[in-house]
Amino acid sequence: MQSGASRDPEGALDTFPKWLRHHAQVRGARPAIRLKDRGIWRTWNWTDTHESVRALAHALRTLSIGVGDKVAIVGANRPALYWGITAAQWLRAVPVPVYADAVADEMAYVIENADVKIALVQDQEQVDKILSIAARLPQLTHILYDEERGLRTYDHSRLHFIAEVMAKSRAALAAPAMARELDDAIDDGRADDPSIMLYTSGTTGRSKGVVLSAGRSVAAARDTVEFDKLTDQDEQLAYLPLAWVGDHYLNYAQMFVAGGCMACPESADTVQQDLREIGPTFYFAPPRVFESLLTRVMIRMEDAGALKRAIFHHFLGLARRWGEKIMDGKRVPLHARLHYALGALLVYAPLKNVLGFSRIRTAYTAGEAIGQDLFSFYRSLGLNLKQLYGQTEAFLYVTCQADGAVRADTVGPAAPNVSLRLAPDGEVQFKSPGQFVEYYKDPAKTAEALTDDGFVKTGDAGIFDEDGQLKILDRAKDVGRLRDGTLFAPKYIENKLKFFPNIKEAVAYGDSRDFVTVMLNIELASVGNWAERNGIAYASYQEIAAHPRVYALIAEHVREVNRALAREAQMAGAQIRRFLILPKELEADDGELTRTQKVRRGFIAERYATLCAGLYDGSSAADIATEVTYEDGRKGVLAARVRIEDVDVDLPVSHEILRERAA
Amino acid sequence: MSVAAVEPATAAGETLLKVENVSLSFGGVRAIRDVSFDIRRGEIRAIIGPNGAGKTSMLNVINGFYHPQAGRITYKGATRRRMRPHQAAAQGVARTFQNVALFKGMTTLDNILTGRTLRMHKSFFWQLWRYGPALNEEIEHRKYCEEIIDFLEIERIRKEPVGRLPYGLQKRVELGRALAMQPDLLLLDEPMAGMNLEEKEDMSRFILDVNAEFGTTIALIEHDIGVVMDLSDRIVVLDYGNKIADGKPDEVRSDQKVIDAYLGVVH
Repeated sequence: MQSGASRDPEGALDTFPKWLRHHAQVRGARPAIRLKDRGIWRTWNWTDTHESVRALAHALRTLSIGVGDKVAIVGANRPALYWGITAAQWLRAVPVPVYADAVADEMAYVIENADVKIALVQDQEQVDKILSIAARLPQLTHILYDEERGLRTYDHSRLHFIAEVMAKSRAALAAPAMARELDDAIDDGRADDPSIMLYTSGTTGRSKGVVLSAGRSVAAARDTVEFDKLTDQDEQLAYLPLAWVGDHYLNYAQMFVAGGCMACPESADTVQQDLREIGPTFYFAPPRVFESLLTRVMIRMEDAGALKRAIFHHFLGLARRWGEKIMDGKRVPLHARLHYALGALLVYAPLKNVLGFSRIRTAYTAGEAIGQDLFSFYRSLGLNLKQLYGQTEAFLYVTCQADGAVRADTVGPAAPNVSLRLAPDGEVQFKSPGQFVEYYKDPAKTAEALTDDGFVKTGDAGIFDEDGQLKILDRAKDVGRLRDGTLFAPKYIENKLKFFPNIKEAVAYGDSRDFVTVMLNIELASVGNWAERNGIAYASYQEIAAHPRVYALIAEHVREVNRALAREAQMAGAQIRRFLILPKELEADDGELTRTQKVRRGFIAERYATLCAGLYDGSSAADIATEVTYEDGRKGVLAARVRIEDVDVDLPVSHEILRERAA
Repeated sequence: MSVAAVEPATAAGETLLKVENVSLSFGGVRAIRDVSFDIRRGEIRAIIGPNGAGKTSMLNVINGFYHPQAGRITYKGATRRRMRPHQAAAQGVARTFQNVALFKGMTTLDNILTGRTLRMHKSFFWQLWRYGPALNEEIEHRKYCEEIIDFLEIERIRKEPVGRLPYGLQKRVELGRALAMQPDLLLLDEPMAGMNLEEKEDMSRFILDVNAEFGTTIALIEHDIGVVMDLSDRIVVLDYGNKIADGKPDEVRSDQKVIDAYLGVVH
């Protein structure tokens, strides 16, 4: 067991095919990739993988793929598609993964924009999609597919079954001269070759092809492999979309450098079961996955017998108190350690086993803010869950948390060898080992994304905490200032509110105002449940949203958020002074949310102008009449008088006091 | 690039099953009166009709569960008057039922494996032991069942007891069990009854895929006329035990007698 860097002291392995050959020589019998197929896990070791990639590379070359040509990869996580990525890199061609759930039009844009010559796809669904747009793609010559089902009767003049072309290649490679020439081609690969092109999701305009070079990709992966001490004993489940930087980095690049194994799930539906069977040692999931897992556990515990429930809750309480401290190596009394050990035996270990988390040494979450309670729940069970912050342009890692220095509200200090800084306007900027080369065929956008001294602009606003960890606040363009100059980051405040199960949506205002106010949506499921238990009768969302006791309940949450804000030096001035609960739920159909469920602050402010005015003119209520769209498309008018409530503001707490309190 | 629709190798060919002048009655009730039609190899043949038209009785006659009082049935060239269901099964006729008939307490996989029973040849003696020829045989059968599970996209529920599954999925498992018999003729009794639109679409896709991929001949009874018109190659229409129409979907759709039967004209 050695770490990646020490295995390659001279840095001679600067492309992924070179790593592949290295592993085939050094640890040929170690598993490299697995696939659950027809109910059975099939395993290819590094020797098999090397041989398969070689065959596929030969096949691609026969179809006249050469240096700089683009090969699209479309489908779910399958060994053949991962091999396709390496095979293209072997020939110094550029793999271009495309989101498998993209509709034909989106796919056409990427394939055309990237000048794709050959598409390597999973199955009939993807073949059909590409055929339907083939007329618009003159540069696309061939399609290779991995699953034969339903395709046997198609015209095969430009369509090829991967298993078949690989078999042909193997026969051809039996000739030593042919094989030697192909093997030598690996050494032609150079560090500054483009290694992959990843298209950004394009939520802000057309998606752009981010070009990453081989040497930089390897360098970035080498750093984090070192950082998290990954080895060839590590294993993970490759279930993230192929076209997303997270998959290419965490599953592909890291495992190629560490020499570990990635397992491909049977189907997208079976990920949870496959996770249990594989028992990965490294795991990544966005916060909402952790949230839904927790919800499922809690619901199922409700069905357990009284004794089991009592044991479960007793030990969860214990874990909450001591679990994180034990993991971080802090001082914990012996009796608590013993008690916790018993809990591990009775509750924590079985629970982790059910979730497939038993063997995890390192888990990351990223992508959105994660609630303190949710984060702590998993950590207190002994799961080493950490946060990272990254982007495609950085080849993922910009910041990440080190073991033992993990917090829910930050994303960690700069990752190894990353330089990180804040622009005067608060925008996070970085220079990283994996930094992208350019946006494909778009020098203007590339120049726009870089500062004069070569830093990448993230477009996110952040602040550094007193211990050097970065805190992401919001998109930089959304961050404003109160009249007195205090930093106002609406999403940061909204997220803090939304971590309360009773609050569904929050919209914060304060830019160029005297103080911060929020409009809220309550979560009908949990508030309704609370109402039932407290004997509050209601007929509609509008009615319960206006109930004085609901206002009291929500006011307490807002006060709690204020208390949390008061502890942060830069945020203490941005506490919430007034709030109201909207008489209707915000809907994408009414244009108040985007289709991805993000609030559209400007639009909401316009639409509820009278409420907005009420929030700032000191009145205790405001009237609103607005048009609503019902689910069947009919329109109606909603008229209501909405209460506006004042909230106490906490005094800013200085950090000296906090530290004294902690000590 | 063009998708030249190459005709499937199993495009409707010779006659697989022929029903001639079959009549069936239960006491005074005449369920089927003098009905004749044929099913060709590789086609999807639908039997439709209003409630009580005799559709399920017809299916039961085909697979030997009912014995008609008159008429002849020729299957794979052999004519017979009486055949028992297990003989039919042995000759490659599989069916699903109007009301799901699965072992509710068993898993999806085990239910599908029961479809292989007729193809298990090792004796009880061998099956007593964990290792040996019976195990090898079971591995072979398991492989085949896994192909079906993959085909029907039910990997997620492989180990789930079927009693816990939603109805649409149970229907799919039942189709899986019928497919496990590797049938030449697959009889589907209202495969889409009680399903929502999405489940119906899925099931239609699977029926078409079974026909295309395995070349299985399919006879299906269905209430939902729209589905039948899209799926089938040819349709027989029954009403009060009489055959009132037989032909391609377009012909049947415009047939006045069919329209009357469905709209309830007094006879």
